[in-house]
Amino acid sequence: MNESILQQKRSAPALRNEMETHFLSIPENEAFARVVVAAFAVQLSPTVSEVADLKTAVSEAVTNAIVHGYEGVTGVVTLRCRSDIRGVITIEVEDKGCGIPDVEKAMEPFYTTRPDQERSGMGFSVMQTFMDQLDVTSLPGQGTLVRMKKRIRGCVES
Amino acid sequence: MLQFIRDGESVLVRLTGELDHCCCQQVRRELDALIAQPGVKTLILDFSALQFMDSSGIGVMLGRYRLMRDKGGAMAVIHMNPLVTRIFRMAGLDRVIRNMDASPKGQNRKMPQEVPSR
Repeated sequence: MNESILQQKRSAPALRNEMETHFLSIPENEAFARVVVAAFAVQLSPTVSEVADLKTAVSEAVTNAIVHGYEGVTGVVTLRCRSDIRGVITIEVEDKGCGIPDVEKAMEPFYTTRPDQERSGMGFSVMQTFMDQLDVTSLPGQGTLVRMKKRIRGCVES
Repeated sequence: MLQFIRDGESVLVRLTGELDHCCCQQVRRELDALIAQPGVKTLILDFSALQFMDSSGIGVMLGRYRLMRDKGGAMAVIHMNPLVTRIFRMAGLDRVIRNMDASPKGQNRKMPQEVPSR
């Protein structure tokens, strides 16, 4: 598992703000995570569309942690947000669930392990499209870390 | 999660709130109950009051589209916002589900009156 963003301050551009929260992998927390990310992003003066992008991406990542990471069993999801002085926001969603055996395969559009549940297989595609950067690290049996970055265009350097 | 009005063979459904993995089961159930009503041939989904949708909505839309098609009916969408439009395009839903916003004015735009708000 990669180092978390909270431990990588030295090499990255100067920090503006950061936060970390933990919550249970229950579906109600998908909305909770969206609200947390939107509230964190407001300090960077994002557009309505940028907030919608961030909320959608984090919703996908948290849904994956709940549905696939913990497969319906209750575990803990960690959400970290970090912003730097250039207006780049980094979001991490981490679970300690079952992990993804083949990350590349999982990221293919329309690939789903649950077609019977009307899952679309578009989660990672949405994250990729709505964010500037997406990295997925996973170890079977140990969990998955999704790291996404997005530059908030209208953000004035502090 | 939804408000609806029936006019003859058409049902106009206004989706409200947020359509994510958490809520999609309930929305699916409610839509399926409407689709199962005898004589329903056209399902029109109104997105004007929907505040959020992620990829969980794709499965819901595709599933209802198939149900309507299988019973010889049709499904259309109206009042799409940019976020929903983008997700529809990514999944190719815009190629199979008719978007009434895109229809030329007045042409074939037969639909029930505005859903009364509660």
